[in-house]
Amino acid sequence: MADLTVLRRPRPAATTAAILLTATILVVLTAPWLCPLDQSAVALDRVAVPPSLPHPGGTDDLGRDVLHRAVYGLRVSLLVGVVAALAATVLGGLVGGIAGLLGGVTDRILMRLVDTLAALPHLLLGIFIVAMLRPGLGAVIVSIGLTHWLSTARIVRSELLTLRTRPFIDAAICGGATRTRVLTRHLLPHVLPKIALATTLMIPHAVWHETSLSFLGLGLPPHLASIGNMINDGQRSLLTGAWWASLVPGLLIVAVTLAIAVLAARWRDHLDPRVRAELDL
Amino acid sequence: MIWRVVRRRLAVAVPVLAATSAGMFALGAASPVDPAEQYAGAAAFTTSPEVLAQIRANWGVDDPLPVQYARWAGNLLRGDLGWSTSRHEPVADVIAARAGWTLLLIGVTLAVVLAVSLLAGTLAAYRRGGLLDRGLRAGAYAVESMPVFWLALAAIAVFALGLGWFPAGGLTTVTATGVSAGDVAHHLVLPVTVLAISQAPWFLLFVRDSVAQSLRDDHVLAARARGLPGRVVLFGHALRTALLPFLTLIGTHLPELVGGSVLVETVFSLPGLGAVSVQAALGSDFPLLAAITLITTAVVLAANLATDLAYTAADPRVRIDG
Repeated sequence: MADLTVLRRPRPAATTAAILLTATILVVLTAPWLCPLDQSAVALDRVAVPPSLPHPGGTDDLGRDVLHRAVYGLRVSLLVGVVAALAATVLGGLVGGIAGLLGGVTDRILMRLVDTLAALPHLLLGIFIVAMLRPGLGAVIVSIGLTHWLSTARIVRSELLTLRTRPFIDAAICGGATRTRVLTRHLLPHVLPKIALATTLMIPHAVWHETSLSFLGLGLPPHLASIGNMINDGQRSLLTGAWWASLVPGLLIVAVTLAIAVLAARWRDHLDPRVRAELDL
Repeated sequence: MIWRVVRRRLAVAVPVLAATSAGMFALGAASPVDPAEQYAGAAAFTTSPEVLAQIRANWGVDDPLPVQYARWAGNLLRGDLGWSTSRHEPVADVIAARAGWTLLLIGVTLAVVLAVSLLAGTLAAYRRGGLLDRGLRAGAYAVESMPVFWLALAAIAVFALGLGWFPAGGLTTVTATGVSAGDVAHHLVLPVTVLAISQAPWFLLFVRDSVAQSLRDDHVLAARARGLPGRVVLFGHALRTALLPFLTLIGTHLPELVGGSVLVETVFSLPGLGAVSVQAALGSDFPLLAAITLITTAVVLAANLATDLAYTAADPRVRIDG
């Protein structure tokens, strides 16, 4: 039997992640006031300057400050990530909810559909959707929402199916609760934390999808600072020795997604301590 | 029994493929790009409206959508994949020339990933909490949060531009006159390694957890009690039972592998399907992009079915219903 005090032990990784994420979110939210950026400004007198004190991330081949633009890129990436993850959650929650509540044939058909859709190569589909809708912020969000809702549908459905067999639901029904009341007062409070966790875990995936599309030139317009666009620009600079132009935005996105993942894992342990006790130790 | 599984799977897969293709076609039709003007290219500005109208009539792009879809889908089923508007050659030729390289990249990567994750994951599970276990898990979480194209650029910066050990891109040396196996292998080292590293965490963590669980099974305890050497217990008994769910994992993970190969091919300028579908997307080339997406989807669905069938064959206790 695992030692359960492990759940109370201080976790430096989670603390670091929380501090890092809070700081990043603050900087990203206040960026337009803190350090306004002119997206079209170039400074050809300081092209490809290596990282130094005035430019901690160096400058790119058009003399633009890499770290400054990366902060704005992160702003766009996180915005797209959160909005797209929410869209995917609503879609997945609806499908999973219908399957879990109605059960029976509807459930079987919907879940078989989800299984099959999960086998589709989603980056290729995402590329297709964006290419046909014309690249842009909206197209990227649609592309992510349509390809990333499956896991949420599965989670919601399986949660509802387990909950339905629990005695307190029977008790509520015997007590004369209407369907709506059972759903809103008894089922939803139990499912919502899991949905929130699934949404959080979805954000890094949405962010990667966005950066991948932008990197391929299918995301945001090239002059706008976005992590994918910047790494793509950096690909050119790499050949002239300016490695920092792609390293800095990449490091930023890695740090943020890692922090989200660490915190989400901590949250999952909190919701379901048994998993950790069984597998990790 | 097996045939029933196949039939039931096809009963879902075929409608899904049909619906996907219809959805893709509707999206393509809603796209603001005029195929006739695109076909003419820059000449569209000097071509007379009558000629453009003639092209449109020839292609039937003004017919009602269902008619167009039926014609397109019918042609696809008869093996006529259409004409690539951005590359000005038959779609079938483009795919035939490139599918092999993508299959090679994905196949070699999958083999590397499987070999490494099975070995390392099992060893990590054996000494849970040990140095190897903690190192591998930390590495796996770190790699999982790195975009694969960024990893690829880092590999190019270090091993191609910095150390000069491997070429930065392409499939053959620029000066080479033909395609030689050694040259191709040399060019594939970096792309395969990058793709394998980016895909490995999933498999590695799965093997590790799965073996860790089966190490507690009674039959493993029994094997140990009989005095079998640790190596035999670990690989012959614990890993073997943990292997079964791994089979389905390969199937479910294929879409990720395809996505990764698109990005890796683009960074390393490999002449595969992934790179060409990105070019097709940039050129709004509906016939080429749609054909590649649909064919890849069909292949992945088939591979999924194959891994599930292998699972049923390997474990008689399992009954896949449907």
